[in-house]
Amino acid sequence: MKTYLLPSIKLTLILIVLTAGIYPLAIAGIGKFTPGKGDGETITYKGRVVGYANIGQKFTKDEYFWGRPSSVDYNAAGSGGSNKGPSNPDYLKQVEGRIEDFLKHNPDVTRSQIPAELVTASGSGLDPDLSPAGAKVQVARVAKVRGLSVDAVNKLVDEHTEQPLLGLFGPAKVNVLKLNVALDGLKK
Amino acid sequence: MNTELTGVIFTYLLTLAIAIPLGRYIAKVFKGEKTWLDFLAPLDRFIFRFSGIDTKREMNWKQHLLALLTINSVWLVYAFVCLMAQGHLPLNPDANPGQSPDTAFNTAISFLVNCNLQHYSGESGATYFTQHFVFMFLHFVSAATGIAALVVVFRAMKDKVTDKLGNFWEYFVKSITRILLPISFVIAVIFAFNGMTTSYAGKDTFISMQGDTVHVSRGPVAPLVAIKHLGTNGGGWFGANSAHPIENPNYLTNTVELVAQVAIPIALVFALGFYLNKKKFAYVIFGVMTLGMLMLLIPTMNAELNGNPAIAKMGISQPTGAMEGKEVRFGPANSAYWSIVTTIISTGSVNSMHDSAMPVSGTMMLLGMMVNCFYGGCGVGILNFYIFIIVAVFISGLMVGRTPEFLGRKIEAREMKIASLIALLHPFIILVGLAISSYYVVNVAGADWAVKPSAWLNNPGTHGFSEMLYEYTSAAANNGSGFEGLGDGNIFWNYTTGIVMILGRFLPIIGPLAIAGLLANKKYIPESAGTLKSDTSTFGLMIFAVIVIIAALSFFPSLALGPIAEHFSLK
Repeated sequence: MKTYLLPSIKLTLILIVLTAGIYPLAIAGIGKFTPGKGDGETITYKGRVVGYANIGQKFTKDEYFWGRPSSVDYNAAGSGGSNKGPSNPDYLKQVEGRIEDFLKHNPDVTRSQIPAELVTASGSGLDPDLSPAGAKVQVARVAKVRGLSVDAVNKLVDEHTEQPLLGLFGPAKVNVLKLNVALDGLKK
Repeated sequence: MNTELTGVIFTYLLTLAIAIPLGRYIAKVFKGEKTWLDFLAPLDRFIFRFSGIDTKREMNWKQHLLALLTINSVWLVYAFVCLMAQGHLPLNPDANPGQSPDTAFNTAISFLVNCNLQHYSGESGATYFTQHFVFMFLHFVSAATGIAALVVVFRAMKDKVTDKLGNFWEYFVKSITRILLPISFVIAVIFAFNGMTTSYAGKDTFISMQGDTVHVSRGPVAPLVAIKHLGTNGGGWFGANSAHPIENPNYLTNTVELVAQVAIPIALVFALGFYLNKKKFAYVIFGVMTLGMLMLLIPTMNAELNGNPAIAKMGISQPTGAMEGKEVRFGPANSAYWSIVTTIISTGSVNSMHDSAMPVSGTMMLLGMMVNCFYGGCGVGILNFYIFIIVAVFISGLMVGRTPEFLGRKIEAREMKIASLIALLHPFIILVGLAISSYYVVNVAGADWAVKPSAWLNNPGTHGFSEMLYEYTSAAANNGSGFEGLGDGNIFWNYTTGIVMILGRFLPIIGPLAIAGLLANKKYIPESAGTLKSDTSTFGLMIFAVIVIIAALSFFPSLALGPIAEHFSLK
């Protein structure tokens, strides 16, 4: 047993130092030179940190673009999806409720214009993005509440649409927080 | 073609472009040939000297297994103690408590065996200390264990008659210092520059645009996520795994995570060809594995891109596909691809919630784990495939009326017994677990436990059944993904899946090692006109047929009761 046990323990010790000590410390050191300095990139509005660029937050007021439904209520101390199966009757009722709620707040919109992402919960519960269609469908409401022209808000959405990686790979998206910050900036 | 599909195709092609040269490099490392990372040799020498290891001492297959099992036992004890005590250990800025004994039992085994089933949430159930010193450490060493075991089998497949199969410690340490650690480093740097956090600062608090106070969990995530994929581990920092916007901030990081998890399993197939100088044999294996992957991937893509028919009936549009449990920045096409590679390979990380996927996709994910060797986990994928090769050789031998031979060695009763036992073990542990849990849900639903069996399932009917089937399949395949709606953070699930995981890990390593060791000791019979050629497409199809019959059909009844029944009820 000694032939194997002693080397096992010593090897374990030195590999712990290498893989769990030195390696992450080196990465943390390099992380200091990244945009968020390794702490995560924040968004500032009027000199105040109003959130993290990558982490979605709750928008329920009509004057803001809404993000996706979240099963953790955008509480970023945790994360998770609804884990509801596609045939679950309670879940389908919940989706129907979200559709009706959305239509109530957006009277100019018809059912078939609502993209699925606006009435289904994201995987993380912290999804920061919408598809361009998911933002566009809310433009009429936001413009009306804010007394802005539909064209101006549409233009803002276009400006904040991030194209696929290299224009070739993956979906286009709109970061909801950045869009709403820009929206508040318009008002001044 | 739309950008979601081009993204998936690009990701797979990029994986191949990296895996082939990586395979050549891995073969060189274990042959002892010169490589460009040889400047790390002093590090290896220091590690061996410190640990008192003489790498010149060659081992036979039993000694290899003794070394492997001894060091794994050391890690098990170490991990269990750390997890229980984490509340009192340093690097705990969020002041999270220690794990309960049953959770620690499950978690320690889970990370030891490269499974990474997580019955806790990283934000509240682990500390920075355990994330790094237990989970990340085990990410490295469990992957290296698989690679080292595979190299022993490579060595045994050479044509020399011998019982000396090299030194386990050398294979194991070089897997870390020459393969896993350098590549992880590069990946982690890419992640750090793309928004993944790296600092040890704890939770942050901010006031949102609407005036809500929000707490944000953070941490040194990037180094862990790199090895989590490279080592096909899958245990994430956050509860939502790679769906979490810090753990997977954008499409680029997503692509890197996808490439990283598939690269080594494919590279090892090519490494086999380079190591034994049998490239055609490697192509046959690669072909069978790729065919299997495509047969699972295409129906999944189709189901996810078409969206949920029950939601379509409500009259809203699903322009991109089914979105429940998915993230906008990845989209359903990419999430479908991820869900298949993460289940055929034993990674088990997720970028969408599998519980909310379409029933057809659920069936394909389950089949991926039931077969568990289409590419498969680091090292162990090919070990699982090896068992199917042995069975296929035996059956084809019987069909043509010859003594079955594989690479110049006779396959006899003893080897076949081991291969059959290992092949049957997988369905056995899954279905027995499923039977027991189903019994509790139906007959003892109201038992006076902390979590009553009636409260385990997050979805009614067939989908609830699928949640239990998925959990045991994931545990036995050492995958680690889950239908996470299942209430698995309690004594019943912690202990039963813990036992399933440990059986599903070590027996499928011991079996192939024993067979390879026994074969290496047998007389070598040079190829003749009567030899069954192992590097032909006919033999490839034979292996594929064996896999379908043994692995897929033994699970058909359970699949029919779960996801297949749900598919036909979904209108």
